Amino acid sequence: MTEKVIMAGFGGQGVMSMGQLLTYAGMIENKQVSWLPSYGPEMRGGTANCAVIVSESPVGSPIITTDATSAIVMNLPSLVKFEENLKANGKLLINSSLIEQKTKREDVEAYYIPANEIANELGNNKVANMVMLGAFLELTKIVNVESVIEALKKVFGPAKEHLVPLNKQALERGAAAVK
Amino acid sequence: MAKVLMKGNEAIAAAAMKAGCKYFFGYPITPQNELPEFMSRELPKIGGVFVQAESEVAAINMIYGAAGTGARVMTSSSSPGMALKQEGISYCAGAELPCVIVNISRGGPGLGGIQPSQADYFMTTRGGGNGDYRHPVYAPATLQEAVDLTMEAFDVADYYRTPVIVMGDGMIGQMMEPVEFKETSNRELPAKDWATTGTEGKRQPNIINSLALDPAELEKHCHKLDARYKEIEEKEVRHEMYKMEGAEIVLVAYGTTSRIVKNAIDALQKEGIKAGLIRPITLWPFPEKAFDAIPETAKVILTVEMSTGQMIDDVKIANKGRLPIEFYGRTGGMIPTPEAIMEQVKEILGGVK
Repeated sequence: MTEKVIMAGFGGQGVMSMGQLLTYAGMIENKQVSWLPSYGPEMRGGTANCAVIVSESPVGSPIITTDATSAIVMNLPSLVKFEENLKANGKLLINSSLIEQKTKREDVEAYYIPANEIANELGNNKVANMVMLGAFLELTKIVNVESVIEALKKVFGPAKEHLVPLNKQALERGAAAVK
Repeated sequence: MAKVLMKGNEAIAAAAMKAGCKYFFGYPITPQNELPEFMSRELPKIGGVFVQAESEVAAINMIYGAAGTGARVMTSSSSPGMALKQEGISYCAGAELPCVIVNISRGGPGLGGIQPSQADYFMTTRGGGNGDYRHPVYAPATLQEAVDLTMEAFDVADYYRTPVIVMGDGMIGQMMEPVEFKETSNRELPAKDWATTGTEGKRQPNIINSLALDPAELEKHCHKLDARYKEIEEKEVRHEMYKMEGAEIVLVAYGTTSRIVKNAIDALQKEGIKAGLIRPITLWPFPEKAFDAIPETAKVILTVEMSTGQMIDDVKIANKGRLPIEFYGRTGGMIPTPEAIMEQVKEILGGVK
């Protein structure tokens, strides 16, 4: 099984860290993983995206072209840019809090998740990315939620361990949104 | 030691420190900035030195000075910055100074762009600087390989008293993969009795120099270097063969491009087309002998590069005129897709049949 996921949004929405957490979690589960960021002359608030591959077999090219099995889009430009990269029957997770329109693709499974609203209900707008990641994990089961929590602890370090419960809640709410 | 998830640039820096590199001199340039950033943060913690020089030229000359004391030293840059370092690299080669230089290359010529490219093949393998010299060039395709080869590069540099280049591109530098830092070195390294460590009045001064005005002396020196290069060609060449058995077409690619080519080969296999890969791991010395092992089933060679065709010259030399050689490349920071490579293979095989 190979999951090739594109994560995209604007700078500050946490798409890079969402990708890193998934990659880290895959590594914890002894899967083959790669994380490839877009890089370029970007400004604050500009677009950000990364390509994550989690697989049972060695990762060849870390680039995802038109063979994405999933895409998580956090804002409208990301939807427009990356919906084309999905394979037929791929999963498209759309942050409906910021994206009003629907996907043009009729051959993909689209999920509309009000990630910012859910994050606000949890008291912190910044965990919208974790809501999306929670939904993604529920749909794909590519790694266990526990591995993501473990990854969180490693990435945050002891100083920010108090943020783990909030992130865990966000993951759970995201999962519940697509059940 | 357990695996850790790191960015390529950071992994190379960490590997250098693991190999005993304590001194780093560099000048910022995208897409390798995480490497000096890591060094600036970590080297002071172990009593090492990080210097952001005023230019790439200054940095490589600091390397010359520090390497002269026998310390393990590194600098890193990206294509236009590497071009500036060439004079210093030639001086290091002439003065037989071990050092490791990392090139996380980007599109050119000129200031070019910042996206991945392999257009520095000529500069890196043909000697961008003046004079009769060579230096080993490692081209990792994965971050684990980048770590292993960086550590190896320090040993090779010390053993042969030569600059060694580790060359990746923006993709290798920016991506994250799990890496493990293994204890590797089992090479017996000669004592650095040539280093300028202070005579304490007990011996004649050691002199680090690349000037030799007497042609007979300079020829002798060049022959000494050449003998060393021949030994490197014999002992240090590395490559990987992938799915070569029964291959109808042999692709040649290194670094980032080789990963994309492997995807294409796997997909072609599913369609019943047998394609294999020769992946040079050392660009110099180039794995010429690998081409002698191409199976008789092969009808054609396809070189794939992120350039308009540079390694293809070495492929032609290694092929010794045996098979037709085709080329496919993207350049300027564009990355070839597996689909496009598959298309090329099908077109070529259709034409050869």
